Amino acid sequence: MKRRRVLTGRHFLLGDVACAEGALAAGCTFFAGYPITPSTEIAERLALRLPEVGGHYIQMEDELASMAAVVGASWAGAKAMTATSGPGFSLMMENLGLAVMMEAPCVVVDIQRGSPSTGLPTLTGQGDVMQAKWGSHGDYEIVAYAPSTCQEMFDLTVRAFNVAERFRNPVVILADEVVGHMTERVVIPPEEAIERWERPRPTVPPGELLFPFAADGDLVPPMPHAGEGYRVYVESLTHDERGYPVMSPEVHDQLVRRLNEKIRRAYHQLVDYDLVETEDAEVVVIAYGSTARSAHRAVRLARKEGMRVGLLRPITLWPFPGHVVEELSARVRAFVVAELNLGQVAREVERFTDRPVYGANHAGGRMMPPELILPRIEEAYRDAQGSRRRYTPAR
Amino acid sequence: MPREAVADTHPLDEILRADRLPHIWCPGCGLGTVLGCFARAMLACGIPLDRQVVVSGIGCTGRAAGYLNVDGFHTTHGRAIPFATGLAIANPELVVTVFSGDGDLVAIGGNHLIHAARRNMDLNVICVNNFNYGMTGGQLGPTTPQGAITTTSPYGFPEEPFNLPRLLAACGAVFVARWTCLHVRQLEATMIRALQKRGFRFIEVLAPCPVGFGRPNELGEGIDEMWFYRRQADYDPQVALETLEIRMRKDSKIVCGVFVDTERPTYMDHYREYVLRKVEGGPGEA
Repeated sequence: MKRRRVLTGRHFLLGDVACAEGALAAGCTFFAGYPITPSTEIAERLALRLPEVGGHYIQMEDELASMAAVVGASWAGAKAMTATSGPGFSLMMENLGLAVMMEAPCVVVDIQRGSPSTGLPTLTGQGDVMQAKWGSHGDYEIVAYAPSTCQEMFDLTVRAFNVAERFRNPVVILADEVVGHMTERVVIPPEEAIERWERPRPTVPPGELLFPFAADGDLVPPMPHAGEGYRVYVESLTHDERGYPVMSPEVHDQLVRRLNEKIRRAYHQLVDYDLVETEDAEVVVIAYGSTARSAHRAVRLARKEGMRVGLLRPITLWPFPGHVVEELSARVRAFVVAELNLGQVAREVERFTDRPVYGANHAGGRMMPPELILPRIEEAYRDAQGSRRRYTPAR
Repeated sequence: MPREAVADTHPLDEILRADRLPHIWCPGCGLGTVLGCFARAMLACGIPLDRQVVVSGIGCTGRAAGYLNVDGFHTTHGRAIPFATGLAIANPELVVTVFSGDGDLVAIGGNHLIHAARRNMDLNVICVNNFNYGMTGGQLGPTTPQGAITTTSPYGFPEEPFNLPRLLAACGAVFVARWTCLHVRQLEATMIRALQKRGFRFIEVLAPCPVGFGRPNELGEGIDEMWFYRRQADYDPQVALETLEIRMRKDSKIVCGVFVDTERPTYMDHYREYVLRKVEGGPGEA
């Protein structure tokens, strides 16, 4: 059963399995999770694969415990992850905040399903976009990727680990059930072609690391691990550069600003998106995840009808590619935001444009039909006169 | 008149973060005594301090990790055990102690407590039980004795509390003990024994919370509750576990002792047997 960590070659893989293989290729050594549709195949794959490559899989008693174990494992030096769906993602918010505060690199995969609450366990949705950014209490920054294909489930999971390590921050894979449960060709590159980033580590010996939470220019402090002799104290309370709790508004403001700024400052390094036929576009459709594939079809249909329409596909939902929306706003008449929720990313788009924003929405339960997007494109194309208008959701 | 130092060193200098003292605990609180016992046990157990890790949850006891000069983690409320589980699995060389309170470990963290015991996870758990939520000002918890007055049980707590040694023994802990913070010699020896053992170990330590629990329940100040322990405490390691409930009344005993001290394969032992042995040759070529 001995197998390689990186299964280089051409495969026909389920999206969830591609995600698990991406994690392994990135160097994942620890998974703690709790079964939940439609993410379970990630846990199943890693329960099989992690022991083969010297890693460890543990199924915890709930998602609170899973996320806590991930943060603990990260501090013991593991490249750690978990995978879940909406209801479990809600429970993980507590210790996602802990990972932010303790600056523990980790990856959280959320295969979104119809929500709120138990919602539609086996059917798709995109309702967790805002939760990924704002779900835990307090101010924090998150990096979240929205894969559209099984290949991206692999590629973006690799990248998620790298970014988590580099910035010592949790990174979210915000996929939807359609991408998690579809099967496509996935090409896994040779191991030497897979870039692996490691967390910054102390360069001074134990005893000399007096301020383990002091950071240089990139605002990311080097990370000692438990058991290395650094005798570091790691706090969930507001803490100073020694890691000691301090009840002071000044220290609190300084800490929270640094935690946020280390991600914000890297916006142009982190942000990613695809542009399709936007050069001459008068209306641009914005869509992500599986919905981007429906939107691409809708754009082609609109072009057949003679409309100049393009597609912006955010690959990072967080940070949101707002500067692209701003740039496009100088030359497009309107935006159509297609998503399997009632207007979460549309709200974000509105922050970056004075053009009208039309929603093509469905609350989830099926893949976005191109036929639902096309009439909105037509409407936007026909009606938009360039004046500032309120967001108009789909009826 | 300038104060003169009576001693240049303290026996626990190596292990306390002196720059964090004085601690936050109230006069009469039992936590300083328990921490002292544990600090001495950490030095005496023979395990290098650099391999010892302390994880705490939230609450008064949750501050313990921050006063010890080893790798320490102050986690979220109730999650010290799963956090420590991640640490212990990712680096099996670590000797991980979870040092937290009754509310943190047994109420909000109760599910993690029983599952970690079931798994026989390699964790040493010290549960300081002061019968209430001290940090938030004396509310009831799942260890509050029936009838006791707290700020959220002004008429008396109507429910029955957990009998912790019985609960943990039933869940599979390989070491279960109870002392009060009056029993410093026994407690220290028990902590040394627990640190040297593998598997899931659980020590309940009763401690006064004069502000939150002592006063409303007519136990008086901290010293009065220590006298109460002295009068009511009994030592009986052979006692039937179902009789170990705590009433904190003048006509009831507080039975102390090491009730369980046994061996069974730990989580990692089972993992090696059931999982790793089937993965021929261990890790593949990277």
